[in-house]
Amino acid sequence: MSYTKKILRVNLTAGTCSAEPLNLEWAAQYLGQRGLATKYLAEEIDPKVDPLSPDNKLIFATGPLTGTAASTGGRYSVITKGPLTGAIACSNSGGFFGAELKFAGWDMVIFEGRSPKPVYLLLEDDQATLLDAGHLWGKTVWETEETIKTTHQDPLMRVSSIGRAGESGVLFAAIVNDLHRAAGRSGVGAVMGAKNLKAFAVRGTRTDAYAPADPEAFFAAVDKGKAVLAANPVTGQGLPAYGTQVLMNVINEVGALPTRNASQVQFEGARAISGEAMKEPRATDGKTNLISHIGCFGCTIACGRISKMDPGHFSIKGKPEYQGASGGVEYEAAWALGAACGINDLEALTYVNFLCNEDGMDPITLGSTIGAAMELYEQGLITREEAGMELPFGSAEALVKLSELAARGEGFGQVIGLGSKRLCAKYGRPELSMSVKGLEFPAYDGRGLQGMALEYATSNRGACHVRGYMVSPEVLGIPVKMDPAATEGKAPMLKAFQDLTAVVDSAGICLFTTFAWSADDIQPQIQAACGGDWSMPTLMAAGERIWNLERRFNLAAGFTAKDDTLPRRILTEPAKTGPQQGKVAELARMLPEYYQVRGWTPEGVPTPETNARLGLVP
Amino acid sequence: MHKSLKLDPNKCTGCLQCEMACAYQHHKTFNTSRSRIKIFSFEREGRKVPYTCTQCDEAWCLHACPVEAIVRDPKTGAKVVLEDLCVGCKVCTVACPFGTVNYMAKTGKVQKCDLCAGDPACAKACPTGAITYVDADWTGLGRMRQWAEKTDTNPATV
Repeated sequence: MSYTKKILRVNLTAGTCSAEPLNLEWAAQYLGQRGLATKYLAEEIDPKVDPLSPDNKLIFATGPLTGTAASTGGRYSVITKGPLTGAIACSNSGGFFGAELKFAGWDMVIFEGRSPKPVYLLLEDDQATLLDAGHLWGKTVWETEETIKTTHQDPLMRVSSIGRAGESGVLFAAIVNDLHRAAGRSGVGAVMGAKNLKAFAVRGTRTDAYAPADPEAFFAAVDKGKAVLAANPVTGQGLPAYGTQVLMNVINEVGALPTRNASQVQFEGARAISGEAMKEPRATDGKTNLISHIGCFGCTIACGRISKMDPGHFSIKGKPEYQGASGGVEYEAAWALGAACGINDLEALTYVNFLCNEDGMDPITLGSTIGAAMELYEQGLITREEAGMELPFGSAEALVKLSELAARGEGFGQVIGLGSKRLCAKYGRPELSMSVKGLEFPAYDGRGLQGMALEYATSNRGACHVRGYMVSPEVLGIPVKMDPAATEGKAPMLKAFQDLTAVVDSAGICLFTTFAWSADDIQPQIQAACGGDWSMPTLMAAGERIWNLERRFNLAAGFTAKDDTLPRRILTEPAKTGPQQGKVAELARMLPEYYQVRGWTPEGVPTPETNARLGLVP
Repeated sequence: MHKSLKLDPNKCTGCLQCEMACAYQHHKTFNTSRSRIKIFSFEREGRKVPYTCTQCDEAWCLHACPVEAIVRDPKTGAKVVLEDLCVGCKVCTVACPFGTVNYMAKTGKVQKCDLCAGDPACAKACPTGAITYVDADWTGLGRMRQWAEKTDTNPATV
C-alpha cells in the first residue's frame, strides 16, 4: 500500500528521534496528511495548550498519494495549533519536499517539546540526526537551504525551513520549502521558531518503502486523471498560462475584490496587478514580469509563477540578490499586497512576495494587516512618528518598508507581525481587522459572494479560501453555476466542498485538481493506492469525519458559535459598486441551515447522532 | 528507423513525471533517485532543463568498459548496460563526458538510459511535450519548421 507505515517522533527537548509504526486503524478513518495528522494532534495535545509553548506539537505529514506518479502527488501539510488563531492549523505545501520525505520512508514526522538551542533535523532514509543550527539562526530561508545543501554536499537534498520571521515570532510566519513553496498560513512557522527548529532537511533513496496496492488499477486511474486535467480549460490552459492570477480581473468584475481594507469591493488598479499584466512588457525596461511557469512535484498543471523584476525598481535597485528569477505573485498575494492596500505597483508586490518567500511570511495576512494599518493611519490612530513613515493607502514605499521590518521583526514591523486582529485591537478598533477567528480572509469579498461569506465564517482554521472554494460554483460554474447573491442552497453545497477538500488535502494531492476532477476521478486513485475499502461512501465519510474532528478540536480549545461570524464591515456596510452594489453578507440566513446540514446543534456543536455516525467518540 | 529522445527545456515545467516514470519502469519503485533522466533547475534564471544520455555513436562508456558490459542495442541504437556482466568498476562513469552513466551503490552496477527498448517511459509521461521520441535523423525538424514558418514566401509586390 502507498503508506510507508512509519512515523518519526522527534523530541526536541530531549534531543531524541525514534521510529514508530503508523496507526493503520486511524489511517483507515482519516486517510493521511491533514486528516491523519489532525487525529494524532487531537489525541496527543490538550486543545487549550499555548500554541507557542513546548506542549504544542508540530507535525509534517504526507498523504498516500504523496510521492507517487499521481498528478500533483507531492503535497505535504504542517499541522499544529495555530498561534495566530488558537485554532487547529493545517498548512499545505507543494514543491518537492513532501515527496522526498516519502522517498526516505516516512509518512509523518512529529516534533514535540522545545530544543534548548537552535537545531535542524537531517533525515537521510532511516538516519535521523538533530544538528546544531547556531550558524543558521538569523539566516533567511534562501541562505539556510543553500548552506545545508553545501554543508552536506548534496544538491539533491530537499529543505523546509523558517526565515527570520519565524525566529522572531511573527505570528503569521510560514514554513518554506524549495525556496518558494510554502506551508503559508496560520503561523505554522512561528511554532517551528518557538521550538528552536530552524530547518528540516531530507533525502530519500529507499526503493522499498511503499508501492500502490494495485499497480495496474493505479496507473489506469492516474493516466485517466492526467487526461482529464489536460483537457480541462482551467487546468489545461488557464492555470499554466496565468496561474491563479487569471482571477484578478474576473473577481474585480464580479464586484468581489476587497479593496483598501475591504472598504470597497472593486479596485481601479486591478488590471495593473493582474495575470495579464504580468505577461505584458513593462514600460520601464520592455521586459515582462513573468518569465516562466513551473510545476511542483508530479504536477501536470504547472500553475507556479516565476518572475524577474525590473532591476531599476526602487525596491531592489543595487540589490542583485533580488534581480534573478524567483517565485512570482499568485492571486491571493497580489490581492493582499495590492488591492487590500490600494497599491497598483506590480513590481513592488513582486518584491514583497520575494521577501515573504525569503523570510517565511504569509503574504495574505501580511498584506491584509498592512491594509488595516493604512486605514488606522488614515483615521489618525497610527501616527507618522509611531510608524516611522507615512502610511497612506496606495503607498508602495510603505508596503516595501513595513514588509522588510516585519520580516526581520524590527521597529513598527513588530506590531505588523502580530497580524491584523491584534493590531486593530491595540488601536481600539477591533472591527477593522478583516479576519475570522483571527485569520485574515483572502481575496474574495463576502458581500459579493454569499457562499464565500459562509465559508469564511465556518472554516476551521479561520477565514480561508482553501477549505471549501465556493468561488467555483459562484463564479466559475464548477460543478454547477450558482447565483453569487443567492443564499439558498449555499449551505449544502459548502458542506460538500468542505468534505471533498478535506479528502483532497488528506490524500497528498493539490486542491487545484478539483477545477477539473470530481470525486469520481480521485476515488479510484486513492482506492488503487491504498487498498482496503476506499469506496466513495467511505471516502466522503472520511472527509466529513475530518471536518468534524477539526471542529471538535476548536470547540475544546474554547471557540463557540459566536466565532462563526464575519467582520462587522462585511455584515453591515453595503458594497458600494459593482454587480452586488447594496449587498451585505447575509450570514444569518445561511448559518442555521449550515449547522443543520452538518448535523450540529443550533449552537454549532456536533450532535451525539452525528458523532456516532462518524465514529467520533463524544 | 532509429529514434532519439528530443529534450526541449523551453517546455519543461520541472514536474519530474519523467523521473518517476523512469524509476518505475526500471526498478518498479516510486523514487526519483533511481531515475536515469534528471531535471535540473536553474533557479536564478527560472529555467528547468531535462538531461540524459544522448546515445553517442562512438560511445566513450562502451569503449571504456573492460568487461564489455555495455553493448549497442541494434534495434534502438541505445548503449545498454548488461547488468550480469557489469562489475561496478565505474570506469564508464569516468569516461562519459556528460555524466549520464552513474553507479548505484545499492546494486553495485552502473545504470544509464536504455531508451526502454524503443518505448521510453519518460517521453510518455511528459505532460508538456518537453521530452519526445522522434526520428533520429531529424531532431532538428521542429526547429527548422519554426524558421520555415517565418520565411516570407509571398513578398509584397513592388
